[in-house]
Amino acid sequence: MSAIIQVKNLSKSYWRNSLEIPVLHDITLDVEEGEFLALMGPSGSGKTTLLNLIAGIDRPTNGEVIVAGTNIAKLKESALAKWRASNVGFVFQFYNLIPVLTAYENVELPLLLTKLSKAERRKHVEATLNIVGLGDRMSHYPKQLSGGQEQRVAIARAIVTDPVILVADEPTGDLDRKAAEEILTLIDRLNKEFKKTIIVVTHDPHAAEKASRKLHLDKGDLV
Amino acid sequence: MKVFKLIFKNALRHKLRTSLTILGITIAIIAFGLLRTVVTIWYSSVDATMANRLVTRQSVSFIFPLPYAYKEKILSVPGVTRVCGASWFQGVYKDKNNFFARLAVDDNMFEVYPEFLLSKEESENYKKQRNACVIGSQIAKQYNLKIGDQMVLDGDIFPGRWEFEVRGIYQPKNKNTDATQMVFHMDYLNERLKEQSPSRADQVFWYMVQIGDPNRSAQISNQIDAMFKNSTAETKTETEKAFTQGFISASGAIITAMNWMSFLIIGIILLVVANTMIMSARERTREYAVFKTLGFSALHLTGLILGESMLIACIGGGIGLALTFPLVSGFEQAMPKGFFPFFFIEPITVVLAVTATLLVGFLSAIFPIQRALSTKIVDGFRFVG
Repeated sequence: MSAIIQVKNLSKSYWRNSLEIPVLHDITLDVEEGEFLALMGPSGSGKTTLLNLIAGIDRPTNGEVIVAGTNIAKLKESALAKWRASNVGFVFQFYNLIPVLTAYENVELPLLLTKLSKAERRKHVEATLNIVGLGDRMSHYPKQLSGGQEQRVAIARAIVTDPVILVADEPTGDLDRKAAEEILTLIDRLNKEFKKTIIVVTHDPHAAEKASRKLHLDKGDLV
Repeated sequence: MKVFKLIFKNALRHKLRTSLTILGITIAIIAFGLLRTVVTIWYSSVDATMANRLVTRQSVSFIFPLPYAYKEKILSVPGVTRVCGASWFQGVYKDKNNFFARLAVDDNMFEVYPEFLLSKEESENYKKQRNACVIGSQIAKQYNLKIGDQMVLDGDIFPGRWEFEVRGIYQPKNKNTDATQMVFHMDYLNERLKEQSPSRADQVFWYMVQIGDPNRSAQISNQIDAMFKNSTAETKTETEKAFTQGFISASGAIITAMNWMSFLIIGIILLVVANTMIMSARERTREYAVFKTLGFSALHLTGLILGESMLIACIGGGIGLALTFPLVSGFEQAMPKGFFPFFFIEPITVVLAVTATLLVGFLSAIFPIQRALSTKIVDGFRFVG
């Protein structure tokens, strides 16, 4: 297996007025293709920041993030947006579905940026919603779904474009135990059955059990 | 799903807020249209004037008469082709609220005013009959008057009962030609004045002077006024346009205020729509972060926000514009009859209303777009509205 994600000497600091707040210090790690990695650590350890940098929704202060051969730290904003659209699927803790769109329309959103026809988009969306077990909830709005169902729609939205990597930030953090278990099983299935490279941020040891590798962050350092 | 569907759904997310905003735009556009129509119509009488016509009046005010004997003298001035004496008759036709211009004029009036179209037959019939009158087509329509009908005026400036017979109905040549005038023979007025009030006979309020070359209007005006210098009734001659402007100048401040107010209303509604859009965009900060994460570009977000703003503005503006026509018509009905010689929405008013609508939609979106684009994705996710 080869490293699909290479993080080299990655540092990130935020600035509050003139005060520099370092969040990540000189992080270096590789993620193999098809790997299921769990990033763990206490609140404020920098795990979400690392995830954001790998997913290309934040910029590093120093260092490189190379995903499938592309150094995303050097991409301009518009190029980075295009890169995200075709390479990254993102699952959030609070689902972040668009409330005025149905489950079908939420999953279809990323496909609007592709050249697929309406019929092709429908085929993809239906197939993906069937994978997450919501084939019968396509016309439901987010408020008509349970938390677990919403998260499954969010996962369907993240994988509908068949991205290179799937990143998830506390995907079970807002769910009850049963729903959380279903989501973890689904993510595990995506890794094992569909060979997706997955990085999950969690501070829940139970959630991390499904991962093939666990990394711990503490105060911005890998430990 | 098309992006337009998302724009539409976003616009309807807060139905009450969107409805109130649309209602605000609708009312603003109606008010704008109505005010602009009044302003435009007010000034259209100036636009309807001809460059080859001068007006000679008493130098103090046109309410003081001039001797009828001036007519021949004015006609003798080189460059003057026709002179038509006119007196404001006023009077009451049926009801005091029935307002339209009633003038005693010389018989060559329709030659001096070629934009008042009168058939040859009607012109001849009018000239033949002493108490004949000619009315504008709008007056004929408004009061259901036909050729041969009687019109009785109760005189006020010239007291008495004045009976006329309609012998002609003139048509306006242009859209802004006044079709609400009633004119009758100066001789008819003069003969009765000689009998009842001799001191007021053989006088007119003003002369309409037709000239051959509009470029010589200043020179001819000076020549006319010079002829009557140091007389008991000195004259002031000016272009018809200047005369009309002077006539309406008394209302100038109000009209200017209405003009400003019409644009002020658009400014206010711009703030209302901008406020709605800012609130909407602020509430959707996290959603915009989601869109960016999914790969939607700055252009996409701009389209979403601008589209929503334009949609709201265009719905409100469209309804407003559609309602302006019947409301302007209703306003005209509510005014005393004939208060405005003509009352219609000028194309420029429609163009201005459409432009204002589009501008409101566009400008309202600028700040929300700027905010949505400048907010970093990670900051968007952290945002708590």
